[in-house]
Amino acid sequence: MTKVTMTVNGKAVSGDVEGRTLLSSFLREDQGLTGTHIGCDTSQCGACVVHVDGQAVKSCTMLAAEADGATVDTIEGQANADGSLNVIQQAFQDHHGLQCGFCTPGMVMSAAALLKENPKPSEAEVREYLEGNICRCTGYHNIVKAIMAASGQDVPALAAE
Amino acid sequence: MYDFDVEKPGTIAEAATAMGVEDAQALGGGQTLIPTLKQRLASPSKLVSLSSVAEMQGITKEGDTLRIGGATTHAAVAADGSYPALSALASNIGDPAVRNRGTIAGSLANNDPAACYPAAALASGATIITNTREIAADDYFQGMFDTALDEGEIITAVKFPIPQAANYQKFVQPASRFALVGVFVAKLADGVRVAVTGASNEGVFRWTEAEGALSTDFSASALDGLSVSPDNMITDLHGSATYRAHLVKVMTGRAVTAAS
Repeated sequence: MTKVTMTVNGKAVSGDVEGRTLLSSFLREDQGLTGTHIGCDTSQCGACVVHVDGQAVKSCTMLAAEADGATVDTIEGQANADGSLNVIQQAFQDHHGLQCGFCTPGMVMSAAALLKENPKPSEAEVREYLEGNICRCTGYHNIVKAIMAASGQDVPALAAE
Repeated sequence: MYDFDVEKPGTIAEAATAMGVEDAQALGGGQTLIPTLKQRLASPSKLVSLSSVAEMQGITKEGDTLRIGGATTHAAVAADGSYPALSALASNIGDPAVRNRGTIAGSLANNDPAACYPAAALASGATIITNTREIAADDYFQGMFDTALDEGEIITAVKFPIPQAANYQKFVQPASRFALVGVFVAKLADGVRVAVTGASNEGVFRWTEAEGALSTDFSASALDGLSVSPDNMITDLHGSATYRAHLVKVMTGRAVTAAS
């Protein structure tokens, strides 16, 4: 076992982990932060996306030991200080950007990373950025609309509808 | 996963020492290795994480040569832009979260037969720099998942000559986001090089017939009379050997047109 220390959602945390402990397992099982979902566990689906030092990564494909000393942000840290939903989360609610909700934590974290990098993405850019986030309800249209709305842009009438 | 120790050296020298243990395995971004470990297809005693080695980070341009540290992520190469065709290639590997972790040395050390970077390294005539020596790309790739690396040897950087013109065309296999067929064309001062990934059972290879034709006439029509043999091409549920052989020529033509 090795001791790891990291800042998770602004709070210093530490724990003992095995070499093989994944960051997703550390967050869910050690820290009780079960908002980060494990969908496929093969780095395909993106339900486990968190930010490590500000960058979106798949937490099921990173070892907890590799995140030692890092700043980690998860879905639990996304709400505003007063507990209200942040602009992306609110847009997902307003535009019905979730059906079963399983992929939503990863979608929101990927959307946050996209909007930090590209504050006014086009619809095509949103879809391209979400290539590694799979919604098995196939609710992509409303997810895209939510992200467009969260970026302060007009919500497009989507061609495929 | 079977359990293993994790070591995070801070220098190349420390990493080389850490790799001296039996069954030690270098860990780049882990975007292939961790899924492999989850399937219990490998059981290293120790993973030597290279992401904290500062000497292996970053991109520097020296004249017409681009030097990329081995631990540099795909996202960093994509954002660089000094070698546009290489940045474009990096921007299309996997998905954004994978590109934030995956590294150039990790990709080259694994030498997946459908990976993108091997095509860029081979077509550009890159030099693979390790902790002990420099290896020309032509000598480095030795077949599917096979390279010239010795046990415990670490790729610390890759040096790319920046071609006069270059382009990479990837026919994406949409489920894996690897290349069903990918072709990298580079027009260098001493001729044209064409490297193909995703197609052959032998891994990345040069299409020398096309190189000859394109060195005389750098246009897609120079390929008109050529054909690629399906012998030893990959056949799987995504495409037959004949289909892949056909795609090699199509994607080469597109790359030449885009590079011209």
